[in-house]
Amino acid sequence: MATDSTNTAEDLSTSTNASQGMEFSTDAYLDMDLLRFLTCGSVDDGKSTLIGRLLYDSKSIFEDQLEAAESASLSRGDQRMDLALLTDGLRAEREQGITIDVAYRYFATPKRKFIIADCPGHVQYTRNMVTGASTANLALILIDARHGVIEQSRRHSFITSLLRIPHLVVCVNKMDLVEWSEEKYNKIREDFEEFAARFEITDITFIPMSALTGDNVVNRSENMDWYQGPSLLHHLENVHIAGDRDMIDPRFPVQWVIRPQGDEHHDYRGYGGQVASGVFQVGDDVVALPSGMESKIKSIDIGGESFQYASPPQSVSIQLETDIDVSRGDMICRPHNRPISGQDIDAMVVWMAETPMVVGKKYTIRHTSSDARCVIKELRYRMDIDSLHRVEGATDLKLNEIGRVSFRTTKPLFFDPYRQCRATGSFIIVDEQTNNTVGAAMILGETS
Amino acid sequence: MTQTADSNAHYKLTHLKALEAEAIHIMREVAAQFEKPALMFSGGKDSIVMVHLAKKAFRPAKFPFPLLHIDTGHNFPEALDFRDKLCDELGERLIVHKVQDLIDRGIATEDPGPYPSRNRAQIPTLLDAIEKYEFDALFGGARRDEEKARAKERIFSFRDDFGQWDPKNQRPELWNLYNGRHQMGENIRVFPISNWTEMDVWQYIMLENIEIPDLYFSHKRDVVQRRGQLVPVGDAPFEARDGEAIINQTVRFRTVGDMSCTAATDSPASNLEEIVAEVAAARASERGARMDDKTNEAAMEDRKKEGYF
Repeated sequence: MATDSTNTAEDLSTSTNASQGMEFSTDAYLDMDLLRFLTCGSVDDGKSTLIGRLLYDSKSIFEDQLEAAESASLSRGDQRMDLALLTDGLRAEREQGITIDVAYRYFATPKRKFIIADCPGHVQYTRNMVTGASTANLALILIDARHGVIEQSRRHSFITSLLRIPHLVVCVNKMDLVEWSEEKYNKIREDFEEFAARFEITDITFIPMSALTGDNVVNRSENMDWYQGPSLLHHLENVHIAGDRDMIDPRFPVQWVIRPQGDEHHDYRGYGGQVASGVFQVGDDVVALPSGMESKIKSIDIGGESFQYASPPQSVSIQLETDIDVSRGDMICRPHNRPISGQDIDAMVVWMAETPMVVGKKYTIRHTSSDARCVIKELRYRMDIDSLHRVEGATDLKLNEIGRVSFRTTKPLFFDPYRQCRATGSFIIVDEQTNNTVGAAMILGETS
Repeated sequence: MTQTADSNAHYKLTHLKALEAEAIHIMREVAAQFEKPALMFSGGKDSIVMVHLAKKAFRPAKFPFPLLHIDTGHNFPEALDFRDKLCDELGERLIVHKVQDLIDRGIATEDPGPYPSRNRAQIPTLLDAIEKYEFDALFGGARRDEEKARAKERIFSFRDDFGQWDPKNQRPELWNLYNGRHQMGENIRVFPISNWTEMDVWQYIMLENIEIPDLYFSHKRDVVQRRGQLVPVGDAPFEARDGEAIINQTVRFRTVGDMSCTAATDSPASNLEEIVAEVAAARASERGARMDDKTNEAAMEDRKKEGYF
């Protein structure tokens, strides 16, 4: 049954939720922050309807886009407009009625700008979900109130926890089809909390809703007076994300050395990069790795404009007081707060290629701004992502499989555990023959 | 200043500054990972924003790449003047590769029919430039909010040696780690402002006080009504057709492509604040003014597969 995953333009525009409070203000816009979130689910759970409603109610779908989706539905013989046509961008997706790849969608309210990474939900698209999850601050998981917590909900929660998305919102959808039952909602909530206790997810919010009728999407529902929490949009606008960034441990991977050739700036030698974590300040004592040479920060600028501080995820150029040897792939940090330096590394790996990961094979890895070669020493176990059991004795990782892997690198990496810092705790694995990105790794720590 | 330092929780970064930081990171990554990049420059607002971001990424040094303009010969004269003036001020190298030369060599052909578009003829011209100058990476100002196929394209968009995009075989792109490894002859297109919306671009232009061509502001211009759109008319081949009445009207352009495929907007917006307010209230998408996308449902995907940026 997927009757409620379709909608007509008219249904949406006559909805009672039509965007109060979405008036435009330049000042507000210039002061907005950015929330990247992930939606995962399949056609039947109402995800497209939910996204369609968020986009429509925030005036982010234009009439010509709506008309194009409508005429495509009609020419395909659908009775009503399929909102998935707004998000499914590739010919193959439209023809087959499936979502293959992550689609990025954008909308804004006066409080925030949002980037949605809209991911397919089925197990064969785990790698796509992981891709979308890697940059998200928040994950939305949809649960059909009629079916409760299913295998797919568990898998999505596990990936949310594996990628350490700080905030999770469980949307208990289609409440209209269970007579807005508080009892049904509470049962789902209890079931979810029970298995989620096994994951490290610090912030979970549950919202009963109907994306079709709009209850609790933008406005509070009148059909569920037993629910005292916020609507989904209200939650998305207000969830506290400033605390998600690590401001304690300064890490600055050097990407590019800025050295003007002309006479005018011949003394300028800036280290370009994006602050991975922590705060850097002019005058700070710093050390460059791997050389171990120490210096002080002389200046911080962006394209010539000076700043006193730099914090993540700013891209800046840092000059040091003394002329020490620093190049791409090096890391600038504080002398008394350094990342781990090591060549034997354990990580959770999501395999993303048709060709399986082979123990003993050499790959290239890209970590921060650094490249290294590595060899796979050991596959310690594979995770069965449906039962969440560890499978010992596995010999390879196939497409979409997840496991704990021990690596040996040809040179030391400067890293932190992924749980502490996403930017210095993650790397990608590249096949040296095909040049494809074949795996994503989240560092646990040094091999014990 | 976008930051305050009174407590650790207050290093607030606005969404525009977060998008700027992402774009700078991407540009530096390309400079480091590729031998011969170039920045595609059309004189339109998105490519002007790209140049501004390149200044943020590389100044006080010169850009580690030239600007490349694929000149269709159908440009608005105002856009060309702006291009030349900007390049003079920048002191950066500009390479102009002309569609007309490829047509003269018999490699590119103009679309037949009543709309003399050179949109498709840009593809062989671009591929010819890539071959001649051995570019291995090209920056483009495309955004994911523009069009459905673009919504699924990676920031590092890998192309084979015919410049073709294979949407079903895209490299996974995780965190801020970009894999630019490629074989000889292959190249990538890079879209640093993928995650920006039309509104973000306008707001950024306003915030950073970036100069843009006058075409974007309201002005008097000769137009005709054609297929429900206000089409600019001028010298051949852009003259009015039989039965079309020329109207001198106050219009502006929301997007600037070729004269042959960009429609004007009936708008009095004469400054950035007014444009921003107009974009906020708009009910039609920006690419709605591009006649080249209207051909069919998958027009953009098909062109990209052939090597379009």
